[in-house]
Amino acid sequence: MGVGILVEDLNAWYGTTHTLQDINLHIPANHATALIGPSGCGKSTFVRCLNRMHETNPIARATGVVKMGDIDIYNDASPVEIRRRVGMVFQRPNPFPTMSIYDNVVSGLKLNGFRNRRILDETVERSLKQAALWEEVKDDLKKKSGASLSGGQQQRMCIARALAVDPEVLLMDEPASALDPVSTSKIEDLIFQLKSQYTIVIVTHNMQQAARVAENTGFFLNGKMVEFDSTHKIFTNPRDKRTEDYITGRFG
Amino acid sequence: MDFESASMRRNKARRTATNYLVSGLCILATVLVILPLIAILFYLIYKGASSLNLAFFTRIPAPVGESGGGMANSIVGSGIILLLASLMGIPVGIAAGVYLAEFGRGKTLATAVRFTADVLNGVPSIVMGISIYSLIVVQQKHFSALAGGVALAIMMVPTITRTTEEMLATVPHAIREAALGLGVPKWRTAISVSLRTASPGIITGCMLAFARVAGETAPLLFTAFGNQFWNFKLSEPIAALPLQIYVYAISPYDEWHRLAWAGSLVLIVLIMVSVTLVRIFANRGALKGGS
Repeated sequence: MGVGILVEDLNAWYGTTHTLQDINLHIPANHATALIGPSGCGKSTFVRCLNRMHETNPIARATGVVKMGDIDIYNDASPVEIRRRVGMVFQRPNPFPTMSIYDNVVSGLKLNGFRNRRILDETVERSLKQAALWEEVKDDLKKKSGASLSGGQQQRMCIARALAVDPEVLLMDEPASALDPVSTSKIEDLIFQLKSQYTIVIVTHNMQQAARVAENTGFFLNGKMVEFDSTHKIFTNPRDKRTEDYITGRFG
Repeated sequence: MDFESASMRRNKARRTATNYLVSGLCILATVLVILPLIAILFYLIYKGASSLNLAFFTRIPAPVGESGGGMANSIVGSGIILLLASLMGIPVGIAAGVYLAEFGRGKTLATAVRFTADVLNGVPSIVMGISIYSLIVVQQKHFSALAGGVALAIMMVPTITRTTEEMLATVPHAIREAALGLGVPKWRTAISVSLRTASPGIITGCMLAFARVAGETAPLLFTAFGNQFWNFKLSEPIAALPLQIYVYAISPYDEWHRLAWAGSLVLIVLIMVSVTLVRIFANRGALKGGS
């Protein structure tokens, strides 16, 4: 099951650039939350702070409190432990090119030393079914490289890979922006089904996508969170003038 | 409808001509690259093949004045020295390359290692021989197979280190992020993901280094020293193909000259065979559609 995320006074920097300023936010468990905003507004940096990927960049730094359930992720646990509990799907599909489809899906388990064949087999089937890819690849699991699939299939495989480690939170950084409309709608269907079991945070440039999949939406601008509310409220009756300008296409 | 005006047609003719000219130059350059290799190979076969017989591969050199004999001990000796050199040089070279590419970005130590590797690559092989002579042979008071192996290993390291670093640099950052995002520790990501993805290029680098030192004579002159008899002990002087070829080639006897040609042929063929075998072995596990 998913857990809620509480963010208090989160600030982040790249070198001397202050990318995120005083973010306060509660992301409810087992819901999909969308983050929208123009390019460079800090929404990708924000999700990368939620699984401590932000700090893999040597010049990056973050302060503040992020609580996942009872755990303060910056104080109570190591980055590696946090990332096992928080799955991430990236903008471009990034399969491991040397691994088969099977090995790609269970890479999170195998690379952490897990070797039980029966459980690996079960995990591959469960994760690929969750990601709606099982029927398309079940005959080539160990024969084909993960990189041989189409872009849309690769992205669903990457979602299966993130689900295979049984996370509580799933972060998706523009998961459909490199895909065609058919693949995009498959990914959206998937988010719709998965949000009953996981807490999903999805960054998107596509406002219709946010409206279709997410219960709540946050609007980011210049490193600040301008507004956070139910998706319906954000798109029909936003409180802030800047949110209204953005969703009506006046800038961004 | 006629979309092509007269000037467009003239341009097209010019572009086609340029295309043929540039393609032709590329093919010419390719031929110029391959030609010396083929020429050397055929000349070696012409000069050396007639002296190849069973005795060449099974006997040790005949004493001066007697005819016959072979290079069996040199072939085995070269094998032992190269195995030693690879066992020492390849792990060190790859590990240093991994450090440079994955952990040392922007660090002073990395800059120093990179600079050292580049300088080491330019050290003349005879200098390497003398250095190992004073560092190992003089200390131990005897020539040895081990000293030869160390000399060749040090010559392999810079090539392997720099190729490993460059090949790791071509691995997309997104793939590392995928592994880190799954909660895989950084060291495990470096070995099981980055290194594995870059392995075809790294294997090529190792093979280049291997092929280069396999034919080296100078570093072995004062280290492995050469031996007219069988030796399987690492602590004693050992025969090597390049050394035996050198000894025979500067001798005044016609038969020894012919044996030197045969030895050169065998050396080249052995290098080509081992490089090919490693390539076949490395490609065996490749998957459909992988890179």
